[in-house]
Amino acid sequence: MSLPENKILELKEIARQLRVEVLKMLTLAGSGHTGGSLSIIEILVTLYFFKLRYDPKNPTWPDRDRFVLSKGHGAPALYAILARLGYFNEAELKKLRKINEMLQGHPYNISTPGIEISTGSLGQGLSAANGMALAAKLDKAKWRVYVLMGDGETQEGQIWEAAMTAAHYHLDNLCGIIDANKLQIDGSVCEIMNVEPMKEKWEAFGWQVLEADGHNLHSLSTAFDQCEKIKGKPCMIIAHTVKGKGVSFMEGKVGYHGVAPTEEELEKALLELR
Amino acid sequence: MVKKLGTRDVYGEVLVRLGQQNPNIVVLDADLSCSTRTCKFAEAFPERFFNMGIAEQDMISTAAGLAAAGKIAFVSTFAVFATGRAWDQIRQSLCYSQQNVKIVASHSGITVGEDSATHQANEDISLMRNLPNMSIIVPADGIETEKALEYLVKYDNRPVYLRLSRYKFPVIFDSQYVFRKGKAIVLEEGTEATVIAIGLMVSRALEAQQMLKEQGISVRVINMSTIKPIDREAIISAAQETGAVVTAEEHSIIGGLGSAVAEVLSEQCPVPLKRIGIKDCFGISGDADELLNYYGLNAQSIVQSVKEIIDKKKKV
Repeated sequence: MSLPENKILELKEIARQLRVEVLKMLTLAGSGHTGGSLSIIEILVTLYFFKLRYDPKNPTWPDRDRFVLSKGHGAPALYAILARLGYFNEAELKKLRKINEMLQGHPYNISTPGIEISTGSLGQGLSAANGMALAAKLDKAKWRVYVLMGDGETQEGQIWEAAMTAAHYHLDNLCGIIDANKLQIDGSVCEIMNVEPMKEKWEAFGWQVLEADGHNLHSLSTAFDQCEKIKGKPCMIIAHTVKGKGVSFMEGKVGYHGVAPTEEELEKALLELR
Repeated sequence: MVKKLGTRDVYGEVLVRLGQQNPNIVVLDADLSCSTRTCKFAEAFPERFFNMGIAEQDMISTAAGLAAAGKIAFVSTFAVFATGRAWDQIRQSLCYSQQNVKIVASHSGITVGEDSATHQANEDISLMRNLPNMSIIVPADGIETEKALEYLVKYDNRPVYLRLSRYKFPVIFDSQYVFRKGKAIVLEEGTEATVIAIGLMVSRALEAQQMLKEQGISVRVINMSTIKPIDREAIISAAQETGAVVTAEEHSIIGGLGSAVAEVLSEQCPVPLKRIGIKDCFGISGDADELLNYYGLNAQSIVQSVKEIIDKKKKV
């Protein structure tokens, strides 16, 4: 059941609106991670508007699919989508990172409906997702677990501990996604600490590896469908993305990793996203 | 002959019983299940036991995920690895995320013995004490270990650090003992000074109390098995009523029981204080009993400290 053409058009428009929302949020907040929020928009749109089973009115519905944003600094993109779905009031988005408000700089499960576990310190989300997948297996439950990591994040040693665990326990109810945007704070991933060859590494660790165009809804939805059919091992989707996607002067720019747009930059960006 | 029980041995047995009573309990270990005694649970409930290999960081966050999905997760390994290797995971995945994970660490303190400093955790309480939402319990004997475990499954759904030992402790409680988190137990009443102790030092404190009694010195003995949240009232009334405090722990005097008591006293009721513990140094190989004497973790040293502190009190 891949995405029909009319649905793809609809989701593309949602992705555009989410990019606008994310840029506005970040500009208002005055800080935050722009590049890595823009690179995961289509991944999140495909998950939340095509794949995941959930109920915003009942965020702790036991049979929901779980999504863990291991690269917690992508929070603005996740917040924008959760607000749009009705997990909380969209007015909260304007108060991102402000004192005594719901939306923390990185995802916090205690304050924010729809967040399964707190993340921010990198490398922990895959382990937590494994734990959830183990629980689902124990309970013979049908729900699945999705976890989104950064490519730079896979430099963390814990990721590879968790990679072993998922394969060892045959977690075929788990789908990992790597937002391969090729950049990290200090520069390009291959120059700072090369993680390639990613596909071969994950395969050697016992995973089924799929690759997708991380900004193409058809490519992503096909990968997610395929992933669900794999039995006996976990699946990793390497989603090739562009950091800062959608705004020409942010695309592929290291400088926008942890920096919010200025008012002028926002204005320029919004013109491009019309 | 004093009856002795290994707190980890009790853990192994109680865990199986708790597992029978509660199908939600899962157990994780990092390749030390024979030493931590979780192997008994593994034998009884293989499908609910997860050996995570020698990977403590992954183990802690995996336990957090299991707990987030409704399980009660017990995590065990040696104290030094449980706390030191996975501190950031404990901080973010357990404490900040408020997950129902119970870290039950064996092989704490100097009594690990021959394995030497790399395996002797004298800093674990300190590492756990600065984490919001974390509770810390150090049972004084096998009975308290059992009662604390039962309590934690029944009443507590926040992260907790339960500190156990390889060394066998004298049994001081009977089966009627009631454990309450955050509640200190006055084991002996006394008027001239108070000894506040945890773990195996509680039985040493009781020995010291007897020796002092024979010398005509009256000492209160408190078992502070919950280090966090600490029983402030018990500390303040001990200070007000006896005027001097000695703490005794098989842990560094930095960051553990001694520090916790000092914090309460200095803010609320300053009285002379002496901390018995490991004095900011790494341990060495040796027999456990020899090491306890070497580092002054015995009744004689408590007796000595009590006398010193009473002298000091009189001079103030």
